[in-house]
Amino acid sequence: MTEAEAKALEAREKREVASAAEQTRPGLTFKPAVDIFETQTGITLLADMPGVKAGDLNIDLREDVITLSGEVERPETAGETEILKEYRTGRYVRQFSLSDTIDQAKIEAELQDGVLRLVLPKAEKAVPRKIAVKAK
Amino acid sequence: MAIIRGFGLPAWGWRVPTDLDRMRKEMDRLFDGLTGATPGMPGAGVFPLTNVTEDSDNYYVRAELPGMKADELDISVTGESLSISGERKILAEGEDAKYHRRERNAGKFSRMLTLPGHINTQKVEASCTDGVLTVVLPKAEAAKPKQITVKAG
Repeated sequence: MTEAEAKALEAREKREVASAAEQTRPGLTFKPAVDIFETQTGITLLADMPGVKAGDLNIDLREDVITLSGEVERPETAGETEILKEYRTGRYVRQFSLSDTIDQAKIEAELQDGVLRLVLPKAEKAVPRKIAVKAK
Repeated sequence: MAIIRGFGLPAWGWRVPTDLDRMRKEMDRLFDGLTGATPGMPGAGVFPLTNVTEDSDNYYVRAELPGMKADELDISVTGESLSISGERKILAEGEDAKYHRRERNAGKFSRMLTLPGHINTQKVEASCTDGVLTVVLPKAEAAKPKQITVKAG
């Protein structure tokens, strides 16, 4: 068993986006937790956005800035009264700036069980190549 | 006590509990009953964070578990309590993956919730959609609110 498997998950509060200037609509806005990793061929971004349906997720790319925003419907129905509230719900928003080495035409996004997987392939010229040195 | 302190507790060291103390104790008791948390830490630090609501027929327990499917969760109920456990796995992304950010967590979890009333354990339903778990627990007949008509004498 690896260390990661044995570890117990700790509860973390959702991070609310605090800046008032960004808010033009009522309701809460949270920053989704992300993993970003790079491989030889591209950059992959994984974001936890529980409660977001594929149709309510917007990925907007303009001027090298990618904006993820996901709307969350209120899960409770009208007749329910609260007994315990440990987390709040609201939309998710997060922005990332991309380098120009990303092939913006080939970006792919997939949302499954509240986790977004965004694949940003590197442009051809940015894929590292081995340069053979010739011996004279 | 064997040790007698020369400058022992002053006469006013023990005081009659004030209303505030009583209220604090009552709040702790309420929170502990609901979350099974240790005293003084109401509901803190136990994954997954949970919201509980009720209407006249059911209790609803919701938790955000992104990336998890219903069959990966172990949910069991007894007369008044619900237990949710499982393991959130984040798959390894290959040897050459170099991480820039790593904010998502993986690991095991187990949580027990005590509900305010008895439930009909036969009819509990759980579903997991878009990474949100919803457990609907129908109230036992005895726990449902009853309308009582007042007869005019």
